[in-house]
Amino acid sequence: MAEPIHFHFDVDGQDFSTAGEASVVVKKKLRQLGYPPEAIRKVSIAMYEGEINMVIHGGGGEADIDVDEKEIKIVLTDHGPGIADVEQAMQAGFSTARDNIRALGFGAGMGLPNMKKYSDSMKIDTEVGKGTTVTMTINI
Amino acid sequence: MEIRKIQELLGAEVLCGEELLGNEVSSACCSDMMSDVLAYVKDQGVLLTGLLNSQVIRTADMMDMVCVVFVRNKMPTEEIVTLAKDCGIVVMRSELRAFEAAGVLYHAGLGRKNDDG
Repeated sequence: MAEPIHFHFDVDGQDFSTAGEASVVVKKKLRQLGYPPEAIRKVSIAMYEGEINMVIHGGGGEADIDVDEKEIKIVLTDHGPGIADVEQAMQAGFSTARDNIRALGFGAGMGLPNMKKYSDSMKIDTEVGKGTTVTMTINI
Repeated sequence: MEIRKIQELLGAEVLCGEELLGNEVSSACCSDMMSDVLAYVKDQGVLLTGLLNSQVIRTADMMDMVCVVFVRNKMPTEEIVTLAKDCGIVVMRSELRAFEAAGVLYHAGLGRKNDDG
């Protein structure tokens, strides 16, 4: 596979209907580039969940994706409220999402566990009141 | 099973993707919670749902699903249908409720050879 590629997206925190657009673009591009379907699937789910989280909890932010022949690195940064207790947030089923988000089909407390499940490594840097950066790597 | 067969079994109206009705699917998933679809779906090609927003289509796209059926005769907006068209996903709506729709498809053999279906 060719040169390393970088993608940058600004994720709109106000419009839930457009959440996930960046993930769709990345998925299409990886498919065009001929990456293995299993890696594409992992990237798609991990990034889409992350993007949804940024919109639900973080008020939007930035998504940066680096792709080379060995790995795909996804860095999602928001400037939202931060996560007070990361260990608790990682528990399947734990969610602070409000009912209006649940009515949209999300907020079941599966986002972060899913991101961890589908990435080969995941790191969360967060500070209450400042924001959160999630870095996920998927090996090819 | 051909997607066309699903349409017949559910008495569904096709809203986009007519040309894809000949494609084969082996299993389906029934959920209004997209978080669960993202967490548990593996090879299910069809999503039955009563949830009506564009994230239904994006979730289906992310999971490589090829057909979305809106149950209880819910009518998706033009925006949702257009998004599905762009993703190459068949969209239909059925008068049946989710439980009935799932039952009809399961009874007809969809997903029954699949252990985790």
